[in-house]
Amino acid sequence: MAAQLAFFILLTAGSVVFAWQVQRLRRGLAMGRPSERNDQPLRRWKTMARVALGQGKMGSRPVAALLHVVVYVGFVLINIEVLEILVDGAIGSHRFFAPYLGGAYVGIIGFFELLGVAVIIACLAFLFRRHVMRIPRFRHADMKGWPSKDADIILYIEIMLMSALLLMNTAEAAMDAEAPVVVGHWLAPLLSGMDENSLHWIERIAWWFHFAGILAFLNYLPRSKHFHIILAFPNTWYSKLSARGRIPAMPSVTGEIKSMMDPSYVPDETAVPDRFGAKDVSDLSFANLLNAFTCTECGRCTSACPASITGKSLSPRQIMMATRDRVEESLDKGESAKDNHLLDNFISRESLWACTSCNACVEVCPLNIDPLDIILQMRQYLTMEESAAPAPLNSMMSNIENNGAPWAYPQADRAAWINE
Amino acid sequence: MTDTLHVPILADMLAEGKKPDVLFWVGCAGSFDDRAKKVTKAFVKLLNEAGISFAILGSEEGCTGDPARRSGNEFLFQMQAMQNIEVLNGYDVQRIVTTCPHCFNTLKNEYPELGGKYEVFHHSQFLRELLKAGKLTIQGGAFKGKRIVFHDPCYLGRINQTYEAPRDLLKALDAELHEMGRCKKNGLCCGAGGAQMFKEPEKGDKDINVERVEEALATKPDIIATGCPFCKTMISDGVSHSGKDVPVLDIAEAIVQAGDLS
Ligand code: SF4
Ligand code: SF4
Repeated sequence: MAAQLAFFILLTAGSVVFAWQVQRLRRGLAMGRPSERNDQPLRRWKTMARVALGQGKMGSRPVAALLHVVVYVGFVLINIEVLEILVDGAIGSHRFFAPYLGGAYVGIIGFFELLGVAVIIACLAFLFRRHVMRIPRFRHADMKGWPSKDADIILYIEIMLMSALLLMNTAEAAMDAEAPVVVGHWLAPLLSGMDENSLHWIERIAWWFHFAGILAFLNYLPRSKHFHIILAFPNTWYSKLSARGRIPAMPSVTGEIKSMMDPSYVPDETAVPDRFGAKDVSDLSFANLLNAFTCTECGRCTSACPASITGKSLSPRQIMMATRDRVEESLDKGESAKDNHLLDNFISRESLWACTSCNACVEVCPLNIDPLDIILQMRQYLTMEESAAPAPLNSMMSNIENNGAPWAYPQADRAAWINE
Repeated sequence: MTDTLHVPILADMLAEGKKPDVLFWVGCAGSFDDRAKKVTKAFVKLLNEAGISFAILGSEEGCTGDPARRSGNEFLFQMQAMQNIEVLNGYDVQRIVTTCPHCFNTLKNEYPELGGKYEVFHHSQFLRELLKAGKLTIQGGAFKGKRIVFHDPCYLGRINQTYEAPRDLLKALDAELHEMGRCKKNGLCCGAGGAQMFKEPEKGDKDINVERVEEALATKPDIIATGCPFCKTMISDGVSHSGKDVPVLDIAEAIVQAGDLS
């Protein structure tokens, strides 16, 4: 009875905190402008199925893709076992489904155990890549501090959860030669020589550790880059579907120009935004903010970015992390952080002007995240609200304004090349 | 082949009651930049050679607005776009070909929502169609056995998924086509896009064009080919910086040189 009570207290606490976390995240996402990306639902479902569910963009890095798919499949399938954990915990049973499923149960558990071993190996390989191989994209300047720690913590949690599962089954196998497990029996000799009582305690502690670990993990997720396991789905649904090279037209500007060219045209005054472009996260769209919370900080974008490659301060991953950090700051500090902005406090002007709009970051992102969209909106703010473009760009633009070309040649001479 | 180029101006042509099949959008670089003007002329030579009925806008053409938009100046971009669209629609232009991937992208992807809907081609696509239709012959002689490496312009390749048209033309030169590790959708930018062409780079370890040229030169090319006036400038400057002497040519220039049309 005491165990069941403890189970319910833990479960309720874990769920309440998680619900609060989700609510907090929703408040964060709601800071952005509403997204217009609600069109073409069929294409959106397909994109989601291909990119999120099917991991369609991971393949370009096969080793990482293989390791990732092991952890991904392992995570999803092993979590089916949570169902049994919940039933056992709630009614005080032990392996509730075993009698109903018979031999199939042993098969399923054996499969989960093998997956668990594979997940542990994959996580160790991930740690190896980060700490021994020191792959550059994991060691770029923007990964200093929390982002690197976050990545490690997740791997440690996964390893511990899987180990607890295996230890639980091993202890049970050591006590009972008929226990409905597979790998547990293979590992049981490791625990030989222990008395029944200790084995029982090990089995119970591992069970509780696994259960509490899942709840802890669930609540760690929303604070971590690891929330992509859930957000990947809505995020890919909200992918940009229009032509890659298209920057959407600002309707307020269109209205203004139309009325300049045609005095009888009446522009829609309600279309005028408070601010052109983006200075803070509240100027960005819902999809931009969802991108930021979905980013796994894998750094594929930064490793493909010509500016990052040549040592400029711009890193597209940093753009995404900064956007998220600024939303988190607004959520946590509210009023006291209202004088901060995404611009300057989190993203430097220098990095914004280093972008070549080459689209490499967007292309490689396994989750269809679009750092370029944020960069361009922030440039719009700088140029249209603050007239703060770098001086040579200002001269280029005044040339376009005055003579229809970025250089100071008269428009009348545009066909002069014919006779040169 | 005569040396004089035949370049009709659209307004004149229409005044004579004739209508061209396609408008050649020359672009600002193609009109004013010395290295790009050579590309413009090479392309016109090929159009003349193939007997294509085309025209240019001449002084009625204005910057598409791409560098202004990518510098964040949406207002100036739309001013340019609306003016150009007014001219193009006024002349009932349907098909446009351009030698600049930035103009190509803007005309194709950004003008439609402002009322400018055209069928837009990059010259590599257009020339490939001519080649397929037998209107253009490409002679390989001068390039036989030469090593050519192609640099994908971002706005042609990754952004508009046009990888094969330029390559098919280069293959027709009988040359050995080589690829850099970072090519096609993984192509590395030359460093000019997003209006970088018009400003100094931010501080870093290296210039982007130098990084790109090192990669290109590692393939030991006799020629570096590309399909964008800005890439051509950046790559040429990068080659000079390296102290090597490797010509950087637009696809149209390579075809003209191969056929000894120049
Ligand atoms: S679009 Fe900008 S941020 Fe993205 S890879 Fe290219 S230069 Fe880097
Ligand atoms: S934006 Fe995409 S590619 Fe870049 S770090 Fe985030 S998940 Fe990785």
